[in-house]
Amino acid sequence: MFKRILSLVKKEFLIIWRDPKSRMLIVLPPLMQLFIFAHAMTMEIKNIDLSVLDRSNTYESRELISRFENSKWFRKIIYVQNEKQLRKNIETQKTSMALEINSDFAKNLKRGKSTDLQVITDGRQTNTAAIAGSYASEIIAQYSDEFKKDKGSNIQTDTRSWYNPNLEYLFYTLASLLVLLAMVVTLLLTSLSIAREREMGTYEQLIVSPCTPFEILAGKTIAPMAVAIGLSGFMLVVTVTFFKMPFRGSLFLYFISTIAALLSITGVGLFISALSKTQQQAILGAFTFQTPASLLSGFISPIDDMPVFFQYLTYLDPLRFYMVIGKGIIFKDMGVYDVLANIIPLILIAICTLTGALWLFRKQLD
Amino acid sequence: MTSAVEIKNITKIFNEDIKALDNLCLNIKRGLITGIVGADSAGKTTLLRSITGFIVPDKGKITTLNLDPVEQRDELNSHLGYMPQKFGLYEDLSVIENLELYAKLKELPLSEKENTFEKLLKFTNLEPFKKRRAGKLSGGMKQKLGLACALLGSPELLVLDEPSVGVDPISRKELMKMVKELSLKNTTTIWSTSYLDEAMSFDMCVVMDKGKIIFCGKPKELGKDSKDFQKSVIELMGGYRETKSLLTKDFELKENSIKYPIEAVNLEKKYGDFFAVKNNTFCIKKGEIFGLLGPNGAGKSTSFKMMCGLIKPTSGSAKIMGVNIVKNPTKARSYIGYMAQKFSLYGSLDTAQNLDFFASVYGLTGEKKEEEIKKMVEIFELEPYLKRDTKELSLGFKQRLALACAIMHKPPVLFLDEPTSGVDPIARMDFWSHIKSLSKKGVSVMVTTHFMDEAEYCDRISLFFKGETIATGTPFELKEKVSADNMEEAFSRLIEKSQKNE
Repeated sequence: MFKRILSLVKKEFLIIWRDPKSRMLIVLPPLMQLFIFAHAMTMEIKNIDLSVLDRSNTYESRELISRFENSKWFRKIIYVQNEKQLRKNIETQKTSMALEINSDFAKNLKRGKSTDLQVITDGRQTNTAAIAGSYASEIIAQYSDEFKKDKGSNIQTDTRSWYNPNLEYLFYTLASLLVLLAMVVTLLLTSLSIAREREMGTYEQLIVSPCTPFEILAGKTIAPMAVAIGLSGFMLVVTVTFFKMPFRGSLFLYFISTIAALLSITGVGLFISALSKTQQQAILGAFTFQTPASLLSGFISPIDDMPVFFQYLTYLDPLRFYMVIGKGIIFKDMGVYDVLANIIPLILIAICTLTGALWLFRKQLD
Repeated sequence: MTSAVEIKNITKIFNEDIKALDNLCLNIKRGLITGIVGADSAGKTTLLRSITGFIVPDKGKITTLNLDPVEQRDELNSHLGYMPQKFGLYEDLSVIENLELYAKLKELPLSEKENTFEKLLKFTNLEPFKKRRAGKLSGGMKQKLGLACALLGSPELLVLDEPSVGVDPISRKELMKMVKELSLKNTTTIWSTSYLDEAMSFDMCVVMDKGKIIFCGKPKELGKDSKDFQKSVIELMGGYRETKSLLTKDFELKENSIKYPIEAVNLEKKYGDFFAVKNNTFCIKKGEIFGLLGPNGAGKSTSFKMMCGLIKPTSGSAKIMGVNIVKNPTKARSYIGYMAQKFSLYGSLDTAQNLDFFASVYGLTGEKKEEEIKKMVEIFELEPYLKRDTKELSLGFKQRLALACAIMHKPPVLFLDEPTSGVDPIARMDFWSHIKSLSKKGVSVMVTTHFMDEAEYCDRISLFFKGETIATGTPFELKEKVSADNMEEAFSRLIEKSQKNE
């Protein structure tokens, strides 16, 4: 029996690896996605251009403007002479933000009175506007604090983000991508495997051989798993060396939880494949699973913000647990017990999906 | 103008070294049916595709219906009916929807549509299946529908690429009748085939070999009857010398005392209310070649699949070497060698990897495995192809490899499901010489086929019709029973008789 499984595994490997097209299909898209997502999917906004109408034109106002100029978020400062120009710059999207300083700005500040500033952001890009606005208030608040400090008493607040002190969104994205891409590859490899044999006509030849359904599925589990784990490792190396993402936790724990997570996804993939008559159906099936699975994983929106029903639904999603473990180990050096608490559900899901696939596969032979 | 197609010195080379067509010249006369025969990879399909303008030859000139098939493709298309090997029927559309679609594509005038459809549906007996999805039709019906679509719009030139592969003798006759009766008087038909009896009945016959025409003339010139004709064609194609299959030397079965290695007892398969197979009982002796014959959709495939455990019977039992295949599948299957209709080895693996995989799956290991693989490579002359992906092999070699994979573990039972569909006559004779040697060594063979000359190789035949066995016996007995000269006639008469009895 073990010898038969071994030869089945070898065959699956050969099939995945021999065709140059399928080889490219496995390695290239994940890498491409890694690079594209890493650069395109960022919550951070850089290179904001700012129009400034400085009616005060004093040391104090210039000091404030230089704070904008020297922050990493703003790129160009364009000085304008009147409100009309200011308005035009926003309207024509020449700048996405404008700052207006009144003529009594310095006078009020020096007297210890409060003063008003006007910040205009381009609301046509809601997200950018909100984030840029918050950057601006931060700069202004800091300046105001410092100004008050010069005058004496004050309370200063400093925010520090744990585990990601510089708020590098890139790392957050990369860690999530490792999880997502591992799923995509595993799902693709497994969902195609049975459907491909059906389409090519090799399915019957395999069924007439002494191989049992269990052995066939074992072969179809082990080979794609090995490929997907290898690829996950490779992507991890790329993110750590190329993108300089910190890896703080235990590599061993990461490895173990990757196996558990991919096993559960393999089960899903094989289940889809057993259901599909053609490779086309299998791909569609994989997509049907993939999109909700990534949405429910907490990658895009936090699980706590979902409606209660969907929060319960996330417990069925292997990605949810793998996402927690992945980010936890990479950034926080998550401890064994916390990891275990997430691995156990993964193993339960894996048992369910794999037996489900086996059951379906057997049933179809009757 | 008497030529429909004029071909002058065309050459087509694939992948830089494979000459599919080699300086070929041919004139095809208008208004006749011209048959094209030849070995696999002799260039038949390439020739047909060049005539229709789908392939541009590297050298030479083709004139089809006085048009340049590449430059004046649009004009040619409206006079052309083309049926490729796998006709583009939309499997998810119904019979009538497929016809409608092709009528639109052929720009058939609305006024003619209804009459034409009625005539075609009646002629093909597809009338009752009008609403059925094309994918659910039997092989013979699909081909008839494909031909009907190709015939729409009364084309001046009808090009048919092996329309009768995998089709039973009765449907084959009907296809021929369709072409003869439904096309116009001046329609030219070009028909490629691997059935020599079919080629015999055409007006003209072209024999191709290695990209060249080696004969062009009336079939009668090659032989008076189909046997003579077959002999001459094979002679033309380089001849076939029956050499003793090396299997006789190297193949030894394990001793066993089982009298009937294959046994079917009251085998039945029901789909809903419909009996696909009814009360089927037979035993196959050691070393016997047992043929399952019958029209497409008669249930022989279902019986076959139940015997090898691909379909679970509704009732009854199938035993291989005394082991019930449903109760103990792994054990029973280890006795089976199986070779399917469609090439079913791994196309993206090379020959050596396929051999290695199937050897290991059937429990061969280590030195024994190496030895068996070496033997198979020697017997089937696979050496030059060991490192080639099997999807690139010619059909004949694919079949050889499939047989090698099926018998490597020395199974006492061999199942062959239309093993020679689409394979050329010489490759078929070669294939059967191996099968005969195996049976002499005590292997019981169960085979389905549509080639009536192959039926003659069987020791015993069971004729299937509408899910039931309507006759069993040696080929001689069956012919005797309805006083027929050959198997084909016997086949048709027995089925007619059974239809009358209903």
